[in-house]
Amino acid sequence: MSSPQTRIVITGVGLTAPNGNSLPEFRQNLLNGVAGVEPFDVRYMGRLIAGVCHFDTLRYQTKKGLRVGTRAGSISIYCANEALKDSGISFDSVPKDRIGIYIGCTEHGNVETENEIYAISKFNYDTKYWSHYHNPRTVANNPAGEISLALGITGPAYTIGAACAAGNMGLIHAAQMLRLHEVDVAFCGGVSESIHTFGIFAGFKSQGALATHDDPKKASRPFDKGRNGIVVSEGGCIYTMERLEDARARGAKIYGEIGGYCVNSDASDYVLPNPGRQAECVRKALANAKLTAADIHIVNTHATATPMGDIQECEAIRAVFGAGCPETSINNTKSYIGHCMGAAGALELAGNLPSFDDLIVHPTINVDDLDPLCAIDGLVLNHPKKVAKVDNILNNSFGMLGINSTLIVKRFNA
Amino acid sequence: MTKDACKKIVLDIIADIAPDEDISNLKSDVRLRDQMQLDSMDFLDIVMELRKQHGIEVPEADYIHLASLDSCADYLTPKFEALGK
Repeated sequence: MSSPQTRIVITGVGLTAPNGNSLPEFRQNLLNGVAGVEPFDVRYMGRLIAGVCHFDTLRYQTKKGLRVGTRAGSISIYCANEALKDSGISFDSVPKDRIGIYIGCTEHGNVETENEIYAISKFNYDTKYWSHYHNPRTVANNPAGEISLALGITGPAYTIGAACAAGNMGLIHAAQMLRLHEVDVAFCGGVSESIHTFGIFAGFKSQGALATHDDPKKASRPFDKGRNGIVVSEGGCIYTMERLEDARARGAKIYGEIGGYCVNSDASDYVLPNPGRQAECVRKALANAKLTAADIHIVNTHATATPMGDIQECEAIRAVFGAGCPETSINNTKSYIGHCMGAAGALELAGNLPSFDDLIVHPTINVDDLDPLCAIDGLVLNHPKKVAKVDNILNNSFGMLGINSTLIVKRFNA
Repeated sequence: MTKDACKKIVLDIIADIAPDEDISNLKSDVRLRDQMQLDSMDFLDIVMELRKQHGIEVPEADYIHLASLDSCADYLTPKFEALGK
């Protein structure tokens, strides 16, 4: 019989980020200060900057699969296969109806819709030229469904729409489903194909929240006085998660254990964050994990480098952590890779998981002039920091419409 | 337009929609589906590309004529000729 105390562990990681296509490569670039933002042409808008992934699209897909599917589907298939390989799970021995796929998405469908409207504009907007692939490509479950098709998984496969909190949500939902014994293995995390839609760039520009910089690699600068907005990025990160007894039974490598989590809502604004609700989310996650703030050794911030958002998250963190938390380090991964939207939470957690082993906290880069309003205790800036202990990592991801998610992953102790 | 030229047009479309397949040895008189992996969406691709690239409409009731290269040529060649091609 399972219970909320049933222990859930992470046993595999597959990812593609703008600065790496595997966890070791990604981690090394985070420690070496290597950013992954580059010039990128956007329909109607010209040359902008974005975080672009350069994974091998044909490693796990045929050319036809690529043509028929979506970019989000392709990212998902790559990450899921990489996670499966990393996990060492004997796939043939697992009943396929006992595997769940839970993928967080900020958005899905805009890319294909924009492409189709552009395509029929060449035919005087005659809709008889509209693609018959439009609906299967744009249904919200597409990225999860493409994994199901590619791997022959017949268990539940769906996406979780939670704006930019979605990556964390994939893991949280998977933990819940594993505890309910709905599935035995979960593929979970988040993906985003956002850079292939002009709408997200134009939308952020209209909000005054699109980053610009002469040097693309310096454009994403959370906490810096000179920050001027979000770098839009694509990416994906999918984990395999299992109940501890199952992972142990097959002698699995264990990256970490789900410690606790919280998801709540601001109920206050479409886009502006609410520091009070964010702090409440963090506190509830700590309570759920039966930890205090001082027990957390790494806080990975959501901060996207918008002028107001960073200040408000720092206010929330300051309210929970601070002088009583001398062993708490605080960092940010978007400074390297921009904002990977639905993948952000999952990718940012992955970037910190190796800290359990190497006891190094990757820094927030591009902070040349720290904004005093973002000066919080424990910030690790520009250079990696060796620490004495990493037992608990707290991962924040927040999103529009005021959805907040905090996930705590613990060092695995048998 | 000759029937061979018509088959070449269809083969070019098939090459794009089934890029992993070797289509160099397709038999003209055998159903395409029996020689390669083509599903219903792929056939809709053929219909769409004929429409987009050549202005040819294939009503749903006539999809059966796209079964093999020979039947494609028999059905499509008059349509190309009607368009002056």
